[in-house]
Amino acid sequence: MITETRIVEGVDGRSAIVERPDAHADLMTVNMGPQHPSTHGVLRVILTLDGETVVDAVPEIGYLHTGIEKTIQCKRYEAALTCTDRMDYLSPLANNLVYCLAVEDLLGVDVPVRATWLRTLLVELTRIASHLVWLGTHALDLGAMTVFLYCFRERELILDLFEELTGQRMMTSYIRFGGLEQEAPDGWLDRVRKVNDSFPSHVDEYERLLTRNGIWKERLQGVGVISGEEALHYGMTGPSLRGSGVDWDLRKKQPYLVYDQLDFRVPVYPQGDCYARYICRIEELRESQRLVQQCLKLLPSGPIRSDDRKVVPPPKEELASSMEAVIHHFKLLTEGLHPPVGEVYRAVESPRGELGVFLVSDGSNKPRRCHVRAPSFANLQALPRLCRGHLVADVVAIIGSIDIVLGEIDR
Amino acid sequence: MQNATPAAGPDQSGAPTASLSLVEAAVVCLRAAFPTSEIRAASAFGDSWAVVPGNLIVDACRALRDDPATACNMLVDVTAVDLLPRAPRWEVVYNLLSLAHNARFRLKVEVEDGPEPLVPSVSSVYAGANWYEREIFDLMGIRFSDHPDLRRILLPEDWQGYPLRYDHPLGGEEVGFTS
Repeated sequence: MITETRIVEGVDGRSAIVERPDAHADLMTVNMGPQHPSTHGVLRVILTLDGETVVDAVPEIGYLHTGIEKTIQCKRYEAALTCTDRMDYLSPLANNLVYCLAVEDLLGVDVPVRATWLRTLLVELTRIASHLVWLGTHALDLGAMTVFLYCFRERELILDLFEELTGQRMMTSYIRFGGLEQEAPDGWLDRVRKVNDSFPSHVDEYERLLTRNGIWKERLQGVGVISGEEALHYGMTGPSLRGSGVDWDLRKKQPYLVYDQLDFRVPVYPQGDCYARYICRIEELRESQRLVQQCLKLLPSGPIRSDDRKVVPPPKEELASSMEAVIHHFKLLTEGLHPPVGEVYRAVESPRGELGVFLVSDGSNKPRRCHVRAPSFANLQALPRLCRGHLVADVVAIIGSIDIVLGEIDR
Repeated sequence: MQNATPAAGPDQSGAPTASLSLVEAAVVCLRAAFPTSEIRAASAFGDSWAVVPGNLIVDACRALRDDPATACNMLVDVTAVDLLPRAPRWEVVYNLLSLAHNARFRLKVEVEDGPEPLVPSVSSVYAGANWYEREIFDLMGIRFSDHPDLRRILLPEDWQGYPLRYDHPLGGEEVGFTS
């Protein structure tokens, strides 16, 4: 098919000129989504087809737009935290984290060591949970129903842990300015250890079903190929970039939390196809499991929230005995925080890539501007480039392989 | 906004010397590329940026991308800040990343208020700018000249107004299926 159709890429990544030797090419426009089970949310793709070959694919987004950035700038800093959960709903803790890091940078507040370690543990658990949804749905899209059920089985165990810790399975809002919301309940860490220790055998199970499966390889290898240079040109990050051979992981390159004290490997594969992205994420599952294991082993004791009373409200028991505590409590709950005038960009490696928050403070108790650099937004932008020249059925494989979450794309 | 603190923040464990040198190199590169224009550089909270005139932004991005001393080969993010009632009203912020130097640098363009605020598009330098600029156009109402596909991206095509502007009210939109 591809031999008949010659596709010339435009610089902007949208325009495609098709030259065919036979002049009677009749192109067909097909609408995919927004209600389509393989678009991972509500993504609409307008496909231009030549027979079964994709000539152009134009993603239309915005079906989940809820104006989160506008909402954040109309809320106080501490209230806006709940909005961050709702962007990338598959890794809410990574969203909480990056927003808190940005605000903490503006405020200049220190986070206790135990809280930093627990944060690392939580975002790695989130990465596992998020990658499990990716793997399950990706496999389901390509017809492997069993993997989906296995992945959701294990994800449920992690969500149960989140529910016990934070009260919520997904909208956690557990990471707060200056630390965490509360100490983990008794025995919670043992339950994490139990789930985490059993996890490598589950990854083996998924890999037995997929990694050397002939159908799986046939569907993924050589599909949606993008070079590392081009991927950078589009601003792709995360496993979608590392699957194109670019060794770039913020946890290694610009370490935050305690990643510089942990031993882990960043999987990089040069092929740039859907299979390379698949292998990258599968290996990340194993690395995250090791990171959780190390965090559990090295977790220090101590407070889990800063005692800076200008940022963190005093504990309830202090209110009965200390006038100062009452004043702090009153000031924080009526006026909120007033970070100094300035702007800061903080980024973390979310399960999908570089998740950044650009926060501008004008000195008031509401953010002047809070822009979220969503990794899926940049990754999805490369979709037309990835799809051109492939078959319609491959579009589903490619969308699955870049692991998008429409909640953070549309915000 | 411009606290003149050194670029090494308290938590910049990611090689602060490398980040310092990129910032210096970026300013040198910009001043060499545009000797007659005013380039204002500043840093605060561990981040650094330079404000360049709007008509130079495409050349500035290209210079920072192609100069090996800066090698900003990735445009991480483009966004706009509405600073009403300040004049100039908007700042368009380009967040650049150099993988080779492992450092970030921001470029900013100040945009005056007016019926059609306009900035040149950098999508010819970085393909990834395409959607970011569409998003700014959609939500802030800043237009980008020479953009290949300047349409609304998140809101419906027939939407009136630009909701992220500071003078756009919160709420007041009619919700579907209300009686």
